[in-house]
Amino acid sequence: MSAAVLSGLHATEAHRFPVFRVRDLAGSSFKHEHLPAILDDGRQRGFFEVHAENYMGAGGPPHRALEAVRRDHPISLHGVCMSIGGPEPLDRTHLARFRALVERYEPALVSEHLAWSTHQTTYFNDLLPLPYTDATLGRVCDHVNQVQDAIRRPLLLENPSTYLSFSESTMAETEFIRRIAEHTGCGLLLDINNVFVSATNHRFSALEYLSNFPLDRVGEIHLAGHAEQTDDEGDLLLIDSHDGPVADPVWKLYELIIARSGPIPTLIEWDSNIPGWPVLRAEAAAAQAILDRYKRDARDAAA
Amino acid sequence: MLPLEPEIPSYAAFAAALVDATRATPPIVTGPPGKGAVKRYNVYRNNVTVSLVNALAAVYPAVQRITGDEFFRAMARFHIRATPPSSRLLFEYGRDFPAFIETYEYARGLPWLADVARIERAWLDAYHAADAEPLSAASLAATPPERLADAVFTAHPATRIVRSRFSAVTIFAANRNEAPVGQIDAGTPEDGLITRPDAEVIVRHLPEGGAVFLESLISGQSLGEAAALALRCSPSFDLAAGIAGMIQAGAFTTLSLGAA
Repeated sequence: MSAAVLSGLHATEAHRFPVFRVRDLAGSSFKHEHLPAILDDGRQRGFFEVHAENYMGAGGPPHRALEAVRRDHPISLHGVCMSIGGPEPLDRTHLARFRALVERYEPALVSEHLAWSTHQTTYFNDLLPLPYTDATLGRVCDHVNQVQDAIRRPLLLENPSTYLSFSESTMAETEFIRRIAEHTGCGLLLDINNVFVSATNHRFSALEYLSNFPLDRVGEIHLAGHAEQTDDEGDLLLIDSHDGPVADPVWKLYELIIARSGPIPTLIEWDSNIPGWPVLRAEAAAAQAILDRYKRDARDAAA
Repeated sequence: MLPLEPEIPSYAAFAAALVDATRATPPIVTGPPGKGAVKRYNVYRNNVTVSLVNALAAVYPAVQRITGDEFFRAMARFHIRATPPSSRLLFEYGRDFPAFIETYEYARGLPWLADVARIERAWLDAYHAADAEPLSAASLAATPPERLADAVFTAHPATRIVRSRFSAVTIFAANRNEAPVGQIDAGTPEDGLITRPDAEVIVRHLPEGGAVFLESLISGQSLGEAAALALRCSPSFDLAAGIAGMIQAGAFTTLSLGAA
Protein backbone atom coordinates (compact mmCIF):
# COMPACT_ATOMS: atom_id res chain seq x y z
CA MET A 1 0.00 0.00 0.00
CA SER A 2 1.41 3.40 -0.97
CA ALA A 3 2.41 5.97 1.59
CA ALA A 4 -0.16 8.38 0.17
CA VAL A 5 -2.98 5.89 0.70
CA LEU A 6 -1.73 5.15 4.19
CA SER A 7 -1.61 8.80 5.15
CA GLY A 8 -5.06 9.19 3.63
CA LEU A 9 -6.31 6.41 5.87
CA HIS A 10 -4.78 8.07 8.87
CA ALA A 11 -6.46 11.32 7.98
CA THR A 12 -9.89 9.70 7.93
CA GLU A 13 -9.26 8.12 11.32
CA ALA A 14 -8.05 11.43 12.72
CA HIS A 15 -8.11 11.72 16.48
CA ARG A 16 -9.33 14.88 18.10
CA PHE A 17 -6.57 14.58 20.71
CA PRO A 18 -3.04 13.19 20.73
CA VAL A 19 -2.59 9.48 21.50
CA PHE A 20 -0.48 8.87 24.63
CA ARG A 21 0.70 5.65 26.22
CA VAL A 22 0.05 5.29 29.94
CA ARG A 23 1.62 1.91 30.63
CA ASP A 24 4.48 3.19 32.80
CA LEU A 25 2.79 6.28 34.16
CA ALA A 26 1.45 7.54 37.46
CA GLY A 27 -1.28 10.16 37.61
CA SER A 28 -3.72 11.93 39.88
CA SER A 29 -7.35 12.93 40.14
CA PHE A 30 -8.06 16.09 38.14
CA LYS A 31 -9.61 18.84 40.26
CA HIS A 32 -10.73 22.09 38.59
CA GLU A 33 -9.16 24.25 41.26
CA HIS A 34 -5.76 22.86 40.18
CA LEU A 35 -6.20 23.76 36.51
CA PRO A 36 -4.21 27.04 36.54
CA ALA A 37 -1.31 25.37 38.43
CA ILE A 38 -1.37 22.35 36.11
CA LEU A 39 -1.32 24.56 33.00
CA ASP A 40 1.53 26.60 34.55
CA ASP A 41 3.55 23.39 34.94
CA GLY A 42 3.12 22.73 31.22
CA ARG A 43 3.02 19.27 29.75
CA GLN A 44 3.93 16.68 32.37
CA ARG A 45 4.80 13.03 32.41
CA GLY A 46 1.66 11.48 33.87
CA PHE A 47 -2.07 11.23 33.43
CA PHE A 48 -5.23 12.63 34.97
CA GLU A 49 -8.38 10.84 36.00
CA VAL A 50 -11.83 12.40 35.96
CA HIS A 51 -15.20 11.24 37.23
CA ALA A 52 -17.30 10.82 34.10
CA GLU A 53 -20.48 12.25 35.65
CA ASN A 54 -18.88 15.67 36.19
CA TYR A 55 -18.63 16.03 32.40
CA MET A 56 -22.13 14.94 31.50
CA GLY A 57 -23.46 18.50 31.26
CA ALA A 58 -24.06 19.90 27.77
CA GLY A 59 -21.25 22.45 27.83
CA GLY A 60 -19.58 25.17 29.83
CA PRO A 61 -16.41 25.42 31.94
CA PRO A 62 -16.12 21.70 32.85
CA HIS A 63 -15.63 20.70 29.22
CA ARG A 64 -13.26 23.59 28.58
CA ALA A 65 -11.13 22.52 31.55
CA LEU A 66 -11.04 18.89 30.49
CA GLU A 67 -10.18 19.80 26.91
CA ALA A 68 -7.30 21.97 28.14
CA VAL A 69 -5.89 19.09 30.19
CA ARG A 70 -6.53 16.46 27.53
CA ARG A 71 -4.62 18.40 24.87
CA ASP A 72 -1.32 17.66 26.63
CA HIS A 73 -2.05 14.54 28.70
CA PRO A 74 -3.66 11.13 28.62
CA ILE A 75 -6.79 10.87 30.72
CA SER A 76 -8.57 8.09 32.52
CA LEU A 77 -12.37 8.21 32.45
CA HIS A 78 -13.69 6.84 35.73
CA GLY A 79 -17.44 6.21 35.96
CA VAL A 80 -19.00 6.39 39.39
CA CYS A 81 -22.70 5.66 39.07
CA MET A 82 -23.39 3.13 36.30
CA SER A 83 -24.75 0.83 39.05
CA ILE A 84 -23.16 -2.21 37.39
CA GLY A 85 -23.64 -4.19 40.60
CA GLY A 86 -27.34 -3.37 40.88
CA PRO A 87 -30.31 -5.67 40.23
CA GLU A 88 -31.96 -3.37 37.70
CA PRO A 89 -31.17 -3.00 33.99
CA LEU A 90 -28.56 -0.35 33.21
CA ASP A 91 -29.93 3.12 32.53
CA ARG A 92 -29.71 3.51 28.76
CA THR A 93 -29.55 7.28 28.88
CA HIS A 94 -26.64 7.13 31.28
CA LEU A 95 -24.89 4.52 29.19
CA ALA A 96 -25.28 6.72 26.10
CA ARG A 97 -23.80 9.70 27.96
CA PHE A 98 -20.88 7.54 29.07
CA ARG A 99 -20.24 6.33 25.54
CA ALA A 100 -20.36 9.91 24.23
CA LEU A 101 -17.62 10.92 26.67
CA VAL A 102 -15.44 8.00 25.61
CA GLU A 103 -15.84 9.10 21.99
CA ARG A 104 -15.29 12.77 22.73
CA TYR A 105 -12.21 12.57 24.97
CA GLU A 106 -10.50 9.40 23.71
CA PRO A 107 -9.37 8.31 27.19
CA ALA A 108 -6.42 5.96 27.61
CA LEU A 109 -8.29 4.13 30.40
CA VAL A 110 -12.01 3.63 31.06
CA SER A 111 -13.26 2.20 34.36
CA GLU A 112 -16.32 1.68 36.54
CA HIS A 113 -17.11 0.18 39.95
CA LEU A 114 -18.30 -3.17 41.21
CA ALA A 115 -21.08 -1.50 43.19
CA TRP A 116 -24.59 -0.10 42.88
CA SER A 117 -25.96 3.34 43.64
CA THR A 118 -29.49 3.47 42.24
CA HIS A 119 -32.54 1.57 43.43
CA GLN A 120 -35.87 2.03 41.65
CA THR A 121 -36.11 5.81 41.25
CA THR A 122 -33.62 6.88 43.92
CA TYR A 123 -29.96 7.71 43.32
CA PHE A 124 -28.02 7.30 46.57
CA ASN A 125 -24.72 8.84 45.50
CA ASP A 126 -22.66 6.16 47.23
CA LEU A 127 -20.92 2.98 46.11
CA LEU A 128 -23.07 0.32 47.78
CA PRO A 129 -22.01 -3.30 48.30
CA LEU A 130 -23.63 -6.37 46.76
CA PRO A 131 -24.02 -10.03 47.71
CA TYR A 132 -21.65 -12.39 45.90
CA THR A 133 -23.86 -15.18 44.53
CA ASP A 134 -24.38 -16.93 41.20
CA ALA A 135 -27.46 -14.77 40.62
CA THR A 136 -25.67 -11.46 41.18
CA LEU A 137 -22.67 -12.70 39.17
CA GLY A 138 -24.88 -13.31 36.14
CA ARG A 139 -26.38 -9.87 36.35
CA VAL A 140 -23.04 -8.10 36.80
CA CYS A 141 -21.62 -9.97 33.77
CA ASP A 142 -24.62 -8.90 31.67
CA HIS A 143 -24.06 -5.30 32.73
CA VAL A 144 -20.32 -5.35 32.04
CA ASN A 145 -20.98 -6.84 28.60
CA GLN A 146 -23.56 -4.16 27.90
CA VAL A 147 -21.11 -1.38 28.82
CA GLN A 148 -18.32 -2.92 26.74
CA ASP A 149 -20.65 -3.29 23.75
CA ALA A 150 -21.59 0.36 24.08
CA ILE A 151 -18.08 1.78 24.39
CA ARG A 152 -16.58 -0.79 21.98
CA ARG A 153 -13.57 -1.45 24.20
CA PRO A 154 -12.79 -3.35 27.40
CA LEU A 155 -13.84 -1.80 30.69
CA LEU A 156 -11.67 -1.86 33.81
CA LEU A 157 -13.85 -2.94 36.76
CA GLU A 158 -12.78 -1.74 40.21
CA ASN A 159 -12.80 -3.85 43.38
CA PRO A 160 -14.84 -2.13 46.13
CA SER A 161 -14.06 -1.09 49.68
CA THR A 162 -16.76 -2.43 52.00
CA TYR A 163 -17.78 -2.17 55.64
CA LEU A 164 -20.06 -5.22 55.89
CA SER A 165 -20.97 -8.36 54.00
CA PHE A 166 -24.17 -10.19 53.05
CA SER A 167 -25.12 -13.41 54.84
CA GLU A 168 -26.29 -14.85 51.53
CA SER A 169 -22.89 -14.48 49.78
CA THR A 170 -21.59 -17.82 48.56
CA MET A 171 -18.17 -16.85 47.22
CA ALA A 172 -15.19 -14.69 48.04
CA GLU A 173 -14.88 -11.28 46.40
CA THR A 174 -11.71 -12.35 44.56
CA GLU A 175 -13.51 -15.36 43.09
CA PHE A 176 -16.49 -13.18 42.10
CA ILE A 177 -14.20 -10.69 40.36
CA ARG A 178 -12.13 -13.38 38.68
CA ARG A 179 -15.27 -14.95 37.23
CA ILE A 180 -16.55 -11.60 35.94
CA ALA A 181 -13.23 -11.05 34.15
CA GLU A 182 -13.32 -14.59 32.69
CA HIS A 183 -16.94 -14.33 31.50
CA THR A 184 -16.78 -10.82 30.05
CA GLY A 185 -13.14 -10.34 29.09
CA CYS A 186 -13.09 -7.09 31.04
CA GLY A 187 -9.94 -5.70 32.62
CA LEU A 188 -9.64 -4.82 36.29
CA LEU A 189 -8.84 -1.70 38.23
CA LEU A 190 -7.08 -2.82 41.41
CA ASP A 191 -7.67 -0.31 44.21
CA ILE A 192 -5.04 -1.25 46.77
CA ASN A 193 -6.41 1.13 49.38
CA ASN A 194 -9.78 -0.60 48.97
CA VAL A 195 -8.08 -3.96 49.54
CA PHE A 196 -6.41 -2.66 52.70
CA VAL A 197 -9.65 -1.04 53.97
CA SER A 198 -11.74 -4.16 53.31
CA ALA A 199 -9.09 -6.50 54.74
CA THR A 200 -9.00 -4.51 57.96
CA ASN A 201 -12.79 -4.24 58.15
CA HIS A 202 -13.48 -7.91 57.42
CA ARG A 203 -10.41 -9.21 59.26
CA PHE A 204 -8.86 -10.99 56.28
CA SER A 205 -5.29 -10.86 54.97
CA ALA A 206 -4.65 -8.21 52.31
CA LEU A 207 -1.73 -10.25 51.00
CA GLU A 208 -3.88 -13.31 50.62
CA TYR A 209 -6.55 -11.27 48.83
CA LEU A 210 -3.90 -9.93 46.44
CA SER A 211 -2.49 -13.41 45.82
CA ASN A 212 -6.01 -14.53 44.82
CA PHE A 213 -6.63 -11.48 42.64
CA PRO A 214 -6.16 -12.02 38.87
CA LEU A 215 -3.24 -9.59 38.55
CA ASP A 216 -2.76 -10.37 34.87
CA ARG A 217 -6.09 -8.61 34.22
CA VAL A 218 -5.15 -5.39 36.01
CA GLY A 219 -4.94 -2.36 33.71
CA GLU A 220 -4.84 0.33 36.39
CA ILE A 221 -4.10 0.70 40.09
CA HIS A 222 -5.71 3.17 42.49
CA LEU A 223 -4.08 4.47 45.64
CA ALA A 224 -5.81 6.77 48.14
CA GLY A 225 -6.02 7.80 51.77
CA HIS A 226 -8.44 6.41 54.33
CA ALA A 227 -9.82 7.44 57.72
CA GLU A 228 -10.25 5.54 60.97
CA GLN A 229 -13.46 4.87 62.90
CA THR A 230 -14.63 2.05 65.16
CA ASP A 231 -17.20 -0.72 64.72
CA ASP A 232 -19.92 -1.88 67.17
CA GLU A 233 -17.32 -3.63 69.33
CA GLY A 234 -14.98 -0.65 69.45
CA ASP A 235 -12.49 -2.19 67.04
CA LEU A 236 -10.90 -0.42 64.09
CA LEU A 237 -13.13 0.25 61.07
CA LEU A 238 -11.44 1.96 58.11
CA ILE A 239 -13.34 4.40 55.91
CA ASP A 240 -12.44 4.84 52.24
CA SER A 241 -12.41 8.62 52.52
CA HIS A 242 -9.97 9.78 49.78
CA ASP A 243 -9.21 12.79 51.98
CA GLY A 244 -5.52 12.44 52.77
CA PRO A 245 -2.17 10.95 51.74
CA VAL A 246 -1.75 7.26 50.93
CA ALA A 247 -1.02 5.26 54.11
CA ASP A 248 2.36 3.53 54.56
CA PRO A 249 1.00 -0.06 54.54
CA VAL A 250 -0.81 0.71 51.27
CA TRP A 251 2.46 1.96 49.72
CA LYS A 252 4.12 -1.29 50.86
CA LEU A 253 1.41 -3.45 49.27
CA TYR A 254 1.68 -1.34 46.12
CA GLU A 255 5.42 -1.87 45.86
CA LEU A 256 4.95 -5.63 46.29
CA ILE A 257 2.43 -5.69 43.44
CA ILE A 258 4.61 -3.64 41.09
CA ALA A 259 7.63 -5.79 41.95
CA ARG A 260 5.59 -8.85 41.01
CA SER A 261 3.75 -7.51 37.94
CA GLY A 262 5.97 -4.77 36.53
CA PRO A 263 4.68 -1.23 35.87
CA ILE A 264 0.89 -0.71 35.82
CA PRO A 265 -0.69 2.77 35.34
CA THR A 266 -1.22 4.09 38.86
CA LEU A 267 -3.52 6.81 40.03
CA ILE A 268 -3.59 8.81 43.27
CA GLU A 269 -7.20 9.59 44.20
CA TRP A 270 -7.91 12.59 46.40
CA ASP A 271 -11.55 13.76 46.45
CA SER A 272 -12.09 15.53 49.76
CA ASN A 273 -10.00 18.02 51.80
CA ILE A 274 -8.23 18.56 48.50
CA PRO A 275 -4.70 19.92 48.99
CA GLY A 276 -2.81 22.35 46.76
CA TRP A 277 -1.55 20.97 43.44
CA PRO A 278 2.09 20.52 44.63
CA VAL A 279 0.97 18.07 47.36
CA LEU A 280 -1.06 15.94 44.94
CA ARG A 281 1.71 16.15 42.34
CA ALA A 282 4.24 14.90 44.94
CA GLU A 283 2.04 11.87 45.79
CA ALA A 284 1.87 10.98 42.09
CA ALA A 285 5.65 11.48 41.83
CA ALA A 286 6.14 9.00 44.70
CA ALA A 287 4.14 6.39 42.76
CA GLN A 288 6.06 7.25 39.59
CA ALA A 289 9.38 6.67 41.40
CA ILE A 290 8.25 3.14 42.34
CA LEU A 291 7.09 2.45 38.76
CA ASP A 292 10.41 3.71 37.40
CA ARG A 293 12.43 1.61 39.84
CA TYR A 294 10.74 -1.61 38.73
CA LYS A 295 10.83 -0.66 35.09
CA ARG A 296 14.63 -0.36 35.45
CA ASP A 297 14.82 -3.61 37.42
CA ALA A 298 12.85 -5.40 34.72
CA ARG A 299 15.30 -4.10 32.12
CA ASP A 300 18.30 -5.15 34.24
CA ALA A 301 16.87 -8.62 34.70
CA ALA A 302 16.37 -8.95 30.95
CA ALA A 303 19.94 -7.82 30.19
CA MET B 1 -30.18 -25.57 32.61
CA LEU B 2 -30.34 -22.52 34.81
CA PRO B 3 -33.38 -21.97 37.02
CA LEU B 4 -35.43 -18.82 36.48
CA GLU B 5 -33.58 -15.73 37.63
CA PRO B 6 -34.33 -15.50 41.34
CA GLU B 7 -35.42 -12.21 42.82
CA ILE B 8 -32.77 -10.49 44.89
CA PRO B 9 -34.61 -8.92 47.82
CA SER B 10 -31.38 -7.89 49.57
CA TYR B 11 -31.09 -4.73 47.52
CA ALA B 12 -34.56 -3.53 48.47
CA ALA B 13 -33.91 -4.21 52.15
CA PHE B 14 -30.52 -2.50 51.97
CA ALA B 15 -31.92 0.53 50.14
CA ALA B 16 -35.02 1.01 52.28
CA ALA B 17 -33.17 1.96 55.45
CA LEU B 18 -30.51 4.17 53.82
CA VAL B 19 -32.31 7.51 54.15
CA ASP B 20 -34.71 6.44 56.90
CA ALA B 21 -32.96 6.54 60.25
CA THR B 22 -36.05 5.14 62.02
CA ARG B 23 -35.54 1.75 60.33
CA ALA B 24 -33.36 -0.91 61.92
CA THR B 25 -30.19 -2.25 60.32
CA PRO B 26 -31.27 -4.72 57.60
CA PRO B 27 -30.88 -8.27 59.00
CA ILE B 28 -29.29 -9.47 55.74
CA VAL B 29 -25.95 -7.77 56.45
CA THR B 30 -23.26 -8.77 58.86
CA GLY B 31 -19.79 -8.00 60.15
CA PRO B 32 -17.05 -10.61 60.38
CA PRO B 33 -17.86 -13.63 62.64
CA GLY B 34 -18.96 -12.52 66.09
CA LYS B 35 -19.39 -8.86 65.09
CA GLY B 36 -22.45 -6.67 64.70
CA ALA B 37 -23.27 -4.53 61.67
CA VAL B 38 -25.04 -1.48 63.11
CA LYS B 39 -22.19 0.99 62.85
CA ARG B 40 -20.99 -0.72 59.70
CA TYR B 41 -24.35 -0.13 57.98
CA ASN B 42 -24.45 3.38 59.38
CA VAL B 43 -21.30 4.20 57.39
CA TYR B 44 -23.43 3.88 54.23
CA ARG B 45 -26.30 5.87 55.75
CA ASN B 46 -23.88 8.60 56.67
CA ASN B 47 -22.18 8.57 53.25
CA VAL B 48 -25.52 8.94 51.47
CA THR B 49 -26.87 11.77 53.61
CA VAL B 50 -23.62 13.73 53.98
CA SER B 51 -22.77 13.48 50.29
CA LEU B 52 -26.24 14.70 49.30
CA VAL B 53 -26.15 17.55 51.83
CA ASN B 54 -22.78 18.50 50.34
CA ALA B 55 -24.28 18.31 46.85
CA LEU B 56 -27.03 20.77 47.83
CA ALA B 57 -24.45 23.02 49.52
CA ALA B 58 -22.46 23.05 46.28
CA VAL B 59 -25.53 24.15 44.30
CA TYR B 60 -26.73 26.69 46.91
CA PRO B 61 -23.66 28.38 48.49
CA ALA B 62 -25.41 31.74 48.99
CA VAL B 63 -28.37 30.10 50.74
CA GLN B 64 -25.90 28.31 53.00
CA ARG B 65 -24.02 31.50 53.75
CA ILE B 66 -27.25 33.32 54.61
CA THR B 67 -28.64 30.61 56.89
CA GLY B 68 -25.35 29.41 58.38
CA ASP B 69 -24.04 25.85 58.11
CA GLU B 70 -26.06 24.23 60.86
CA PHE B 71 -29.41 25.62 59.70
CA PHE B 72 -28.61 24.78 56.08
CA ARG B 73 -27.58 21.20 56.81
CA ALA B 74 -30.71 20.54 58.89
CA MET B 75 -32.92 22.00 56.12
CA ALA B 76 -31.07 19.98 53.48
CA ARG B 77 -31.54 16.77 55.47
CA PHE B 78 -35.31 17.31 55.58
CA HIS B 79 -35.32 17.88 51.84
CA ILE B 80 -33.21 14.78 51.09
CA ARG B 81 -35.59 12.63 53.13
CA ALA B 82 -38.62 14.07 51.30
CA THR B 83 -37.07 14.29 47.82
CA PRO B 84 -33.97 12.17 47.29
CA PRO B 85 -32.27 12.56 43.90
CA SER B 86 -33.65 10.68 40.92
CA SER B 87 -30.88 11.73 38.52
CA ARG B 88 -27.37 10.31 38.77
CA LEU B 89 -26.02 13.73 37.83
CA LEU B 90 -25.62 15.65 41.06
CA PHE B 91 -25.66 19.01 39.28
CA GLU B 92 -29.27 18.19 38.37
CA TYR B 93 -30.19 17.64 42.03
CA GLY B 94 -32.09 20.20 44.08
CA ARG B 95 -34.53 21.52 41.46
CA ASP B 96 -37.30 21.23 44.07
CA PHE B 97 -35.21 22.79 46.83
CA PRO B 98 -36.40 26.42 46.28
CA ALA B 99 -40.05 25.30 46.55
CA PHE B 100 -39.15 23.27 49.63
CA ILE B 101 -37.50 26.33 51.22
CA GLU B 102 -40.72 28.27 50.64
CA THR B 103 -42.64 25.75 52.75
CA TYR B 104 -39.88 25.10 55.33
CA GLU B 105 -41.27 26.25 58.66
CA TYR B 106 -37.98 27.53 60.09
CA ALA B 107 -37.25 29.64 56.97
CA ARG B 108 -40.48 31.67 57.18
CA GLY B 109 -38.57 34.64 58.55
CA LEU B 110 -36.53 34.72 55.31
CA PRO B 111 -39.29 35.03 52.66
CA TRP B 112 -36.76 35.98 49.95
CA LEU B 113 -34.57 32.90 50.52
CA ALA B 114 -36.41 30.72 47.98
CA ASP B 115 -35.87 33.30 45.23
CA VAL B 116 -32.16 33.52 46.04
CA ALA B 117 -32.12 29.72 45.68
CA ARG B 118 -33.89 30.03 42.31
CA ILE B 119 -31.14 32.34 41.07
CA GLU B 120 -28.48 29.88 42.29
CA ARG B 121 -30.24 27.01 40.51
CA ALA B 122 -30.42 29.11 37.32
CA TRP B 123 -26.73 29.99 37.73
CA LEU B 124 -25.76 26.30 37.74
CA ASP B 125 -28.01 25.52 34.77
CA ALA B 126 -26.34 28.33 32.85
CA TYR B 127 -22.91 27.00 33.89
CA HIS B 128 -23.62 23.55 32.41
CA ALA B 129 -25.67 24.72 29.41
CA ALA B 130 -24.53 24.01 25.86
CA ASP B 131 -21.96 26.42 24.44
CA ALA B 132 -23.24 28.76 21.73
CA GLU B 133 -22.10 31.94 20.03
CA PRO B 134 -24.30 34.83 21.19
CA LEU B 135 -26.01 37.12 18.69
CA SER B 136 -23.69 40.00 17.79
CA ALA B 137 -24.57 43.67 17.72
CA ALA B 138 -23.49 43.61 14.05
CA SER B 139 -26.15 41.03 13.12
CA LEU B 140 -28.78 43.20 14.72
CA ALA B 141 -27.43 46.33 13.03
CA ALA B 142 -27.57 44.56 9.63
CA THR B 143 -31.32 44.09 9.94
CA PRO B 144 -33.31 46.61 7.85
CA PRO B 145 -34.86 49.05 10.36
CA GLU B 146 -38.33 48.70 8.80
CA ARG B 147 -38.22 44.93 9.44
CA LEU B 148 -36.91 45.11 13.00
CA ALA B 149 -40.35 44.86 14.61
CA ASP B 150 -40.81 41.45 12.93
CA ALA B 151 -37.53 40.07 14.26
CA VAL B 152 -37.82 36.81 16.24
CA PHE B 153 -34.93 35.65 18.44
CA THR B 154 -33.63 32.27 19.61
CA ALA B 155 -32.63 32.21 23.27
CA HIS B 156 -29.08 31.18 24.13
CA PRO B 157 -29.13 27.75 25.90
CA ALA B 158 -27.79 29.35 29.10
CA THR B 159 -30.34 32.18 29.34
CA ARG B 160 -32.59 32.18 32.41
CA ILE B 161 -34.85 34.79 34.03
CA VAL B 162 -35.81 34.82 37.70
CA ARG B 163 -38.45 37.29 38.90
CA SER B 164 -38.76 38.11 42.58
CA ARG B 165 -41.02 40.19 44.82
CA PHE B 166 -37.86 40.73 46.91
CA SER B 167 -34.33 42.04 46.36
CA ALA B 168 -33.20 38.53 45.47
CA VAL B 169 -30.59 39.60 42.90
CA THR B 170 -28.86 41.96 45.34
CA ILE B 171 -28.98 39.39 48.15
CA PHE B 172 -27.65 36.68 45.82
CA ALA B 173 -24.78 38.87 44.62
CA ALA B 174 -23.83 39.91 48.16
CA ASN B 175 -23.64 36.30 49.35
CA ARG B 176 -21.79 34.56 46.54
CA ASN B 177 -18.40 35.68 47.85
CA GLU B 178 -16.61 36.08 51.16
CA ALA B 179 -16.94 39.87 51.40
CA PRO B 180 -18.93 41.27 54.32
CA VAL B 181 -22.60 41.97 53.57
CA GLY B 182 -23.97 45.43 54.40
CA GLN B 183 -27.59 46.38 55.04
CA ILE B 184 -29.91 45.32 52.21
CA ASP B 185 -33.50 46.44 51.87
CA ALA B 186 -35.02 43.07 51.00
CA GLY B 187 -38.40 44.50 50.01
CA THR B 188 -37.64 45.96 46.57
CA PRO B 189 -38.83 43.65 43.76
CA GLU B 190 -35.98 42.59 41.48
CA ASP B 191 -35.77 40.60 38.27
CA GLY B 192 -32.56 38.78 37.35
CA LEU B 193 -31.16 37.81 33.96
CA ILE B 194 -28.69 34.91 34.02
CA THR B 195 -26.52 34.34 30.94
CA ARG B 196 -23.26 32.69 29.95
CA PRO B 197 -22.17 34.17 26.62
CA ASP B 198 -18.70 32.61 27.03
CA ALA B 199 -16.99 30.94 30.03
CA GLU B 200 -18.41 33.10 32.82
CA VAL B 201 -21.95 33.02 34.16
CA ILE B 202 -23.27 36.57 34.53
CA VAL B 203 -26.23 37.60 36.70
CA ARG B 204 -27.73 41.00 35.87
CA HIS B 205 -30.41 43.03 37.57
CA LEU B 206 -33.01 43.82 34.88
CA PRO B 207 -34.57 47.29 34.64
CA GLU B 208 -38.34 47.68 34.92
CA GLY B 209 -40.16 45.95 32.09
CA GLY B 210 -37.00 44.07 31.10
CA ALA B 211 -38.18 40.67 32.33
CA VAL B 212 -41.54 40.92 30.52
CA PHE B 213 -39.73 42.03 27.36
CA LEU B 214 -37.20 39.16 27.43
CA GLU B 215 -39.69 36.48 28.49
CA SER B 216 -41.85 37.51 25.55
CA LEU B 217 -38.91 37.26 23.15
CA ILE B 218 -37.81 33.91 24.61
CA SER B 219 -41.33 32.57 24.08
CA GLY B 220 -40.96 33.38 20.38
CA GLN B 221 -42.92 36.63 20.09
CA SER B 222 -41.56 39.26 17.73
CA LEU B 223 -39.59 42.29 18.85
CA GLY B 224 -42.61 44.50 18.11
CA GLU B 225 -44.93 42.35 20.20
CA ALA B 226 -42.44 42.08 23.07
CA ALA B 227 -41.85 45.83 23.12
CA ALA B 228 -45.59 46.57 23.14
CA LEU B 229 -46.14 44.10 25.97
CA ALA B 230 -43.28 45.52 28.06
CA LEU B 231 -44.54 49.08 27.56
CA ARG B 232 -48.05 48.07 28.55
CA CYS B 233 -46.74 46.51 31.79
CA SER B 234 -44.16 49.22 32.53
CA PRO B 235 -44.73 52.59 30.83
CA SER B 236 -41.16 53.61 31.76
CA PHE B 237 -39.66 50.67 29.83
CA ASP B 238 -36.72 51.85 27.70
CA LEU B 239 -36.74 49.80 24.48
CA ALA B 240 -33.33 50.95 23.20
CA ALA B 241 -31.69 50.11 26.54
CA GLY B 242 -33.54 46.79 26.61
CA ILE B 243 -32.19 45.78 23.20
CA ALA B 244 -28.66 46.97 24.02
CA GLY B 245 -28.79 45.08 27.33
CA MET B 246 -29.89 41.77 25.81
CA ILE B 247 -27.11 41.94 23.19
CA GLN B 248 -24.51 42.83 25.81
CA ALA B 249 -25.68 39.97 28.04
CA GLY B 250 -25.57 37.45 25.18
CA ALA B 251 -29.13 36.34 25.90
CA PHE B 252 -29.86 35.22 22.31
CA THR B 253 -28.07 33.36 19.56
CA THR B 254 -29.93 34.09 16.33
CA LEU B 255 -32.41 36.48 14.80
CA SER B 256 -34.86 35.67 12.02
CA LEU B 257 -37.32 37.83 10.16
CA GLY B 258 -40.07 35.26 9.76
CA ALA B 259 -42.82 35.70 7.20
CA ALA B 260 -43.44 39.36 6.37
